Amino acid sequence: MENKLNAKSFLKSNMIWLVFILEVVFFAVASKGTFVATTNIVNILRQVAYYGIASVGMTFVILIAGIDLSIGSIITLVNMVCAFMMVNMGINMWIAVLASLVVGVLIGLLNGFMVATVGMPALIATFASQTVFEGLAFLITNGRPISGFTKTYPAINLFARWTVAGIPVCALIMVACFAIGSFILNKSYFGRYFYAIGGNEEAAELSGILVNKMKYLIYALSGLFASLAGIVLLSRSGSAQTTVGKGLEFDVITCVVLGGVSVNGGIGRISGVVAGVMIIGSLTNGMILMNVSEYIQMVVKGVVLAVAVGIDCMSKKGKTN
Amino acid sequence: MSEDYVLELEHIRKEYPGVVALADVTLQLRRGEILGLIGENGAGKSTLIKCCSGAVIPTSGKIKINGKTFDRMTPQLAAENGIAIIYQEFNNVKELSAAENMFLGRPIRKGVVIDRKAMEEEAAKAFAQLNIKINPRELVKNLSVGYQQMIEIAKAIQQNAQVLIMDEPSAPLTNNEVEAMFKVVELLKSKGVSIIYISHRLEEIFRLSDRIEVIRDGEYVDTLITKDATVDELIHLMVGREMTQKFPPREPCVDYSKVVLELKNVCGNGDVDMSFKIHAGEVLGLGGLVGAGRTELAQVIFGSKPKDSGQIFLNGKEVHPKSPREAIDLGIALVPEDRKRHGALLGVSIKNNINMPTYKRISTASVINSTVEKRTAEKYREEIQIKCPTINQLVKNLSGGNQQKVILGKWLAADSQLIIFDEPTRGIDVGAKYEIYKLINDLVAQGRSVLMISSEMEELTGMSDRIIVLAEGHMTGELTKDQFNADTIMAYASAVADKKEVS
Repeated sequence: MENKLNAKSFLKSNMIWLVFILEVVFFAVASKGTFVATTNIVNILRQVAYYGIASVGMTFVILIAGIDLSIGSIITLVNMVCAFMMVNMGINMWIAVLASLVVGVLIGLLNGFMVATVGMPALIATFASQTVFEGLAFLITNGRPISGFTKTYPAINLFARWTVAGIPVCALIMVACFAIGSFILNKSYFGRYFYAIGGNEEAAELSGILVNKMKYLIYALSGLFASLAGIVLLSRSGSAQTTVGKGLEFDVITCVVLGGVSVNGGIGRISGVVAGVMIIGSLTNGMILMNVSEYIQMVVKGVVLAVAVGIDCMSKKGKTN
Repeated sequence: MSEDYVLELEHIRKEYPGVVALADVTLQLRRGEILGLIGENGAGKSTLIKCCSGAVIPTSGKIKINGKTFDRMTPQLAAENGIAIIYQEFNNVKELSAAENMFLGRPIRKGVVIDRKAMEEEAAKAFAQLNIKINPRELVKNLSVGYQQMIEIAKAIQQNAQVLIMDEPSAPLTNNEVEAMFKVVELLKSKGVSIIYISHRLEEIFRLSDRIEVIRDGEYVDTLITKDATVDELIHLMVGREMTQKFPPREPCVDYSKVVLELKNVCGNGDVDMSFKIHAGEVLGLGGLVGAGRTELAQVIFGSKPKDSGQIFLNGKEVHPKSPREAIDLGIALVPEDRKRHGALLGVSIKNNINMPTYKRISTASVINSTVEKRTAEKYREEIQIKCPTINQLVKNLSGGNQQKVILGKWLAADSQLIIFDEPTRGIDVGAKYEIYKLINDLVAQGRSVLMISSEMEELTGMSDRIIVLAEGHMTGELTKDQFNADTIMAYASAVADKKEVS
């Protein structure tokens, strides 16, 4: 009985990887091998890197039963700010990158202020900042893209174009972010706090956790990871555009909840999110490979999001009986 | 044969993966009787009544209603056959009127339009039947918990319930409301309704019931005729062992030379002018009626609510705890009344719960020392005997008494000097109560201090070294051990008009 239970729970907790494997096999067959060619795998890694990075911050946010809709705008704004500093202001690339990360953290802190101190629902607070910063990103150049920095600062190519032993640097950054995320959740006391807050905010506060402080920290981290994702994206596209981050928060949220992080808070692991990112990344890539239209892609992703959350909610419902 | 019985449960068994919630329970309910159903937490009472409502499907066994046999219930079947359940939490919509709540989901209609007038008339009729005075138009949010419960009962009666199952109906009520509820229950009985009454409070069971059924660990134990039963006998049947005393003996260990906590004219959070001292090794009881401001006082001391004025001294030094975090670091702990909402982190493991207030202390550069973490959890699991397979078990899977122990374990791990218990044994069964009392004794024996809020008179007088009584946010009396007397405490607790003059 015990063994049966273990096997069952093993299967249940690793179900997502099974889905991933089936997906890979499907696309490998359907694309007659192109999907699993080395060049395409490297391509997938490059494509998933930026939302993989952003998903680490989003994991923390969703773990405490919050949501961060502003990360798409943060990514756009970071692209514009970083490029503007380099091209229009002639500021050194590294300083520009650092300043961009600070911008992300500041927006995160602002979200934290609205959610923790003011007490706004996270959905509305971060939706408001999404709108505000999308507008601000546009205002920087009145919507004109900024390019030309790759010549002045070829080092910007480091993030997405350079490779180490055939692996894109951005993929390595993503792996590092996953490692940091996993470390925070499992080894540091912050992780214990996050799970506690997600499980029951009031009880967490009464156990001595400074819940509001943690919320600031979590939204700031979400902003930080999002801005790092923004830099990677800037490096990949080689020009900054005012629409680059639009809707990205939904891809990231899909990855995170697909990875088993409960939207009700308190439950989830980074390993699951890694799987979620890989599934969405392969799905997008596979569909592009098979010339599936962009609109059908949207339909498929939306369905995946609904199914992922649906499974989460249904398993919750089943437990109460 | 079975015509005498409205409801019979025969050999009900319910298995969950890895757990047997009910092994074999049989229950027979006669027409027009009140059957008390008692058992420790986790004995299977809730699962059993959920089998009657259709919320749980039994693995095996039969349910007979008026002689008709069913393998399982559904909510519809239960309603059609006249079975109604009054849960601890009510299914009401606060923004709707009393009448609308009574007809929730099955409104009386005139065509497509809701016939509000007819519903109000029907509701008024049902209330009149029960001798309760509720305006059918009143919004439920404006009604007290007691009246909200009455609406639930009236709803059941309006639907012609023949069997009413009440799960801890007195738990959320004040003393006056309990009296009113008893009257309604007795009235229903006289009208031929059969009632299963579940309660931890044995005195209620004795007062109301005709027969008492005891279940233990998912098994049927015995059914007794109430007038022939004794408290000791029932407790013995419930816990399966002899309970000689309600309160474990305690060597006096108060050190009057050492004042641990002192409040001087503290005002705030609804309380006025609180001044008292707690000594090392002392259990100070805090008596009073529900709403007298006791929990509010605890919140101020624990830093979760601010004080407006006055001073708090800890070991002679003035302190200003502005958050639970600061209070914990000062050595103050709170075991709250609502364990599930405020106390334990249900979805988190025992190990993490116990270490939660101290993670910062056992971490270097934010990295937890997992050896210490584990050792601490194991230590308190053993010391206060938390019954669990491993410390990695989630707290939600523990019984109420064990959850309470986990909360206490976390405060011991935090090395708290003053532990505030807010209703320490609410919703905890008799056997586990005794263990909690023993733990409180251990705490004071170690020189710690305890501030114990309790609404149970016996507990208050049985456990305290000294009692102070609050009424409407004021201190109305203080009693030393030789002055303990239930009547005096009640007098202080209801001393509202002339606050300080009562003696």
